[in-house]
Amino acid sequence: MATDTAEGRTIISRLLDLAARHYDRPRASLGPEADLFKSLGIDSFQALDLLSRLEEEFRCEIPDYELQGITTFGGLAEVIARRA
Amino acid sequence: MRDTTAIAGDSAAAPAAVDIGALVLERATLRLHRKDDVAVLVLDHAPANEVSVAMLGALEEVLAYTRAHPPRALVLTSARANAFSAGADLRELHRELEKHLASGKSIEAGQTEVRAFIDRIHTVMDQLDTAPFATIAAIAGVCMGGGFELALACDIRVADKSVRFAFPELRLGLVPGWGGTARLSRETSPALLRDLLITGRSLGAQRAYELGLIQSPVARGEALNIAMRMATQAAHFSPPALQAAKRLSKALPAGALQAEKDAFVALFANDAVRQALHRFATSTDVRPYL
Repeated sequence: MATDTAEGRTIISRLLDLAARHYDRPRASLGPEADLFKSLGIDSFQALDLLSRLEEEFRCEIPDYELQGITTFGGLAEVIARRA
Repeated sequence: MRDTTAIAGDSAAAPAAVDIGALVLERATLRLHRKDDVAVLVLDHAPANEVSVAMLGALEEVLAYTRAHPPRALVLTSARANAFSAGADLRELHRELEKHLASGKSIEAGQTEVRAFIDRIHTVMDQLDTAPFATIAAIAGVCMGGGFELALACDIRVADKSVRFAFPELRLGLVPGWGGTARLSRETSPALLRDLLITGRSLGAQRAYELGLIQSPVARGEALNIAMRMATQAAHFSPPALQAAKRLSKALPAGALQAEKDAFVALFANDAVRQALHRFATSTDVRPYL
C-alpha cells in the first residue's frame, strides 16, 4: 500500500492536493480509497488531462497501460511511486 | 469576408486572445483566417474535431484556397478546449458501415469505399506535407489517430503541456491509415512508432519533446500564440529558400505511405473491426483509450 511508507503518504497527499485544486473538489472529500473517476466526475479526455498534470507534478512518465484496473487515488499513488 | 477575429487559448489561466486575422473561408467543421501572409486553419467540430467526410471536404477546400492564394505560412489549430483532434469520426464510420452491410452489400464493396476515402485523405495529407509554405500545428489536449497524423504532416509542432499524442488504432483491429506510421518513422523513429502502436499508450508533452516530436512544451493555452510568432518569422523568408529547406529535410515517404494504405484497407475487412467500432460507438467507459 502506498500509505505504508512516508514516501507513499507524501505522494498521496500531493496527488489529492492536485486533484482538489484542478478539479475544484473539497480536499477533505478526497481520500486514498475514493474512486478517482467518480469523485472527480471526469470524462475520458479529462482523464488524459489528469495524466498530463500528474506527469508534470511528479516529473515522471506514466504510461496509460499502467492505469488499467486502477480506480482509487491510493492505487494511482502506487503507480506513481514505481515511476517517480 | 468578416472582420479580424481573435480566439482565446484554452487554459483555465485564460491566456491573452491571439489575433488570427480575417475570416476567408467558413464551413461547418472549420474556419480559415488570414493575417497578412499567415493563414490560420481553425478546426471546429464537436466534440473533439473528429475528421468526418464533411471535414475532409472542407480540408480539400482549404488546400484549394492555399493554391489559389498562397500564404507563406499556415498554422493549424483548434477551437475546441480539449482537443486538437481525436482523429477519424468513428461514430460516422460505424454508422456508414452498418448502413452499408444492412443494405446487403459485401464487406469487399465496403473496402472499395474505404479505399476511396483513404485515397482522398492521403491526397490532403500529402499536399499539406509538401506545401510550398511553412506549416505549423499548434496543439493542445487530445491529438490522436488521424489528428496525430494531421499534425505529423506539418513542418513543426508546437504543443502545450496538456497534449496527449496516441495511436489507438490497434484497439479497433486496425493500423493508422492516414500516413501516420510512415510520417512518425520519418519524424522520429520506428522504435517509437512500434511503442505507441503496440502499447496504445499516449505520450505527454515532455516526453514528446525529448523524442523530437515537438518544439519545447509551452504553457497551457500558449501554443497558438507561439505558433503565430513562429509563422510570422517563417513568412519573412524567401519562398524558394523555404521550399528548398523543406525538400532537403522532409522527403515524402511514398513507398511506406502506399504500404500503410494497403495494410489499412486489408485489415478493414476483418469482422473484428466492425465489432470494435460497435463497442466504441456504444461505450460509456470514461477510459476508452486504456
